Amino acid sequence: MTTPSSFEMPNLLPAVPEIFVLAATCVILLADLFISKDKKVITYLMSLATLIGAAVLTVTLHTGETVITFSGSFVSDPMGDVLKVFVYLVTAVVFVYSRSYLIARNLFKGEFFILGLFGVLGMMVLISAHNMLTLYLGLELLSLSMYAMVALQRDSINATEAAMKYFVLGALASGMLLYGMSLIYGITGSLDLAEINAAIKSLDDSKMMVAGLGMVLVIVGMAFKLGAVPFHMWLPDVYHGAPTAITLYIGTAPKIAAFAMVMRLLVEGLGDMHVQWQEILIIMAVLSMAVGNIIAIAQTNMKRMLAYSTISHVGFLLLGILAGTSEGYSSAMFYAITYALMGAGGFGMILLLSRAGFEADRLEDFKGLNERSPWFALMMLILMFSMAGVPPTVGFYAKLAVLQSVVGVGLTWLAVLGVIFSIIGAFYYLRVIKLMYFDKPVDTTPLQGSADMRIILSANALGILYLGLMPGSLLALCVAAIG
Amino acid sequence: MEQTIFYIFSTVLVLSAGAVITVRNPVFAALFLVLAFFTSAAIWILLEAEFLALTLVLVYVGAVMVLFLFVVMMLDINLTVLREGFARYLPVGLLVAIIMVAQLAYIVGPARFGLDKFPAPEPHGADYSNTREIGLVLYTEYLFAFELAAVILVVAIVAAIALTLRKRVKTNFMKPEEQVLVKSKDRVRLVKMAAEKRDDQQAPND
Repeated sequence: MTTPSSFEMPNLLPAVPEIFVLAATCVILLADLFISKDKKVITYLMSLATLIGAAVLTVTLHTGETVITFSGSFVSDPMGDVLKVFVYLVTAVVFVYSRSYLIARNLFKGEFFILGLFGVLGMMVLISAHNMLTLYLGLELLSLSMYAMVALQRDSINATEAAMKYFVLGALASGMLLYGMSLIYGITGSLDLAEINAAIKSLDDSKMMVAGLGMVLVIVGMAFKLGAVPFHMWLPDVYHGAPTAITLYIGTAPKIAAFAMVMRLLVEGLGDMHVQWQEILIIMAVLSMAVGNIIAIAQTNMKRMLAYSTISHVGFLLLGILAGTSEGYSSAMFYAITYALMGAGGFGMILLLSRAGFEADRLEDFKGLNERSPWFALMMLILMFSMAGVPPTVGFYAKLAVLQSVVGVGLTWLAVLGVIFSIIGAFYYLRVIKLMYFDKPVDTTPLQGSADMRIILSANALGILYLGLMPGSLLALCVAAIG
Repeated sequence: MEQTIFYIFSTVLVLSAGAVITVRNPVFAALFLVLAFFTSAAIWILLEAEFLALTLVLVYVGAVMVLFLFVVMMLDINLTVLREGFARYLPVGLLVAIIMVAQLAYIVGPARFGLDKFPAPEPHGADYSNTREIGLVLYTEYLFAFELAAVILVVAIVAAIALTLRKRVKTNFMKPEEQVLVKSKDRVRLVKMAAEKRDDQQAPND
């Protein structure tokens, strides 16, 4: 037991980005009260400044070493720093894309940005968790912000229904996760992930069963949050029902945090049980790739199609993790980051085509985009090629790296399945391209969207092309981060 | 003795928890939830967690559940809609529940968590203070988690306000700060004018 005399002040330095984001969000929360309704752009700019400030702090405080502080509940390591910087980047891009959409729907309020920033704080805590308690609290902070954001459009029946489903299923998943954690805590006697890993090594077979059940329940909870089959039912409804700007938020940066959660819990905490969790992840990965890619073909709604596409991408992400090698982990990290960037671009295109009173979320709305705007049709082409995994876009390298790591551990059949399902999946991505280039436009209104959004969206798509041509730097970053 | 007390309280706990989801009247359900909290507080006292047990009674039973009861009484909840499909899903739900309970009983049973595996901890002396021990670790070892819990509560407040606050445009309301500043001349205007004589007493089109 700690007594006041033996207690040392924790080293706060590694957590400075978290402290900064929390303080800045509280300042924005208070300042927003005094900002009149037509000047909410100030809140928006302050939120972007917070993200930039956090990025500067994370980069300057980056040492490349692993530091554990707050009595073992917080860890700062290279993987965490890289993931955090991408969380800020993707969230900032999401805020820029959302602005005109939110203004047109009377949702451009302080709450969107405040909840969004609290969600970012939750993701940062989740990424830096070194203790099951911290991990759970970070996850709840993120989930609670997302439930509220989905429900933010109060007069929409769809959004309310989506929020309700999300909340109930999310609470159920949290319950599963907690129960699994309690079993692991009960048998290892520790909440600290490193201590759990050490304790598991010395468990006998009978006690191992308890840890096994705990592991299964933890995986169920995480699969719900990731949206892996068979725990994916909420995902299409929530993506479809939520306002597109909020779908964009929940579909991108939280995937990076979810990857970190799997890494912390399964790899750092239960790394010794790799043989057991590998089998479960194989089943979930195959089912996710199959269900995601096949059901997406039947969708006529763009948001639902991208939701099923997310499910299939989660399957690929799991492939990298289940390989269980550092090569696999770094390829999964690469996949998570590039998926977040592709998802931001994909949903960003829906936002660009939408305008006041009109949601461009059906496939038909993309018909003849080439005649309306050849430039953005080209950008969408790059994004769809990347999601399908066509070279020279980054989606190809992400898939290739993941499949290589799976082949590297001798699971060639799994890699073959992955290739088959991604070829099936290519059909519905190419259909969007066919609609854009070979069909007549139904709707000929010129594209709206502010100049900053157009520039960032173009940079987003061109960045995906650039990363596809020069994947070396990001790949090297991921390899170095996993170490 | 202690074992008997434990079994009595845990039976009441399981039964009342079951009643929360099966009774027809939502007010009764809330009251059964109060009973469930109360009996779990009693079990916590058996575990020598007196401070937490009392907090549970004071905060959850005393404050949260009373508010909850008010809300349940005020809302007009249509139970027939809520219970739709209950009978249809019951067999599947029951099957899943039974399988899960059986698995858990097998794994968390005495074979793995029996007293021979995990001996009961030594009971603490009379001068041992639960509150002091929690106070010592809460703001030191668990500082980070404690702060995070506070942030989660802030998010809950922001979310609750964002989802329920409505500005009613048409509502008439008083402005006391303007009312106290009012002068008599703001209300009544005295106009000086010459007296007039009304000559036609009855208006023609009256």
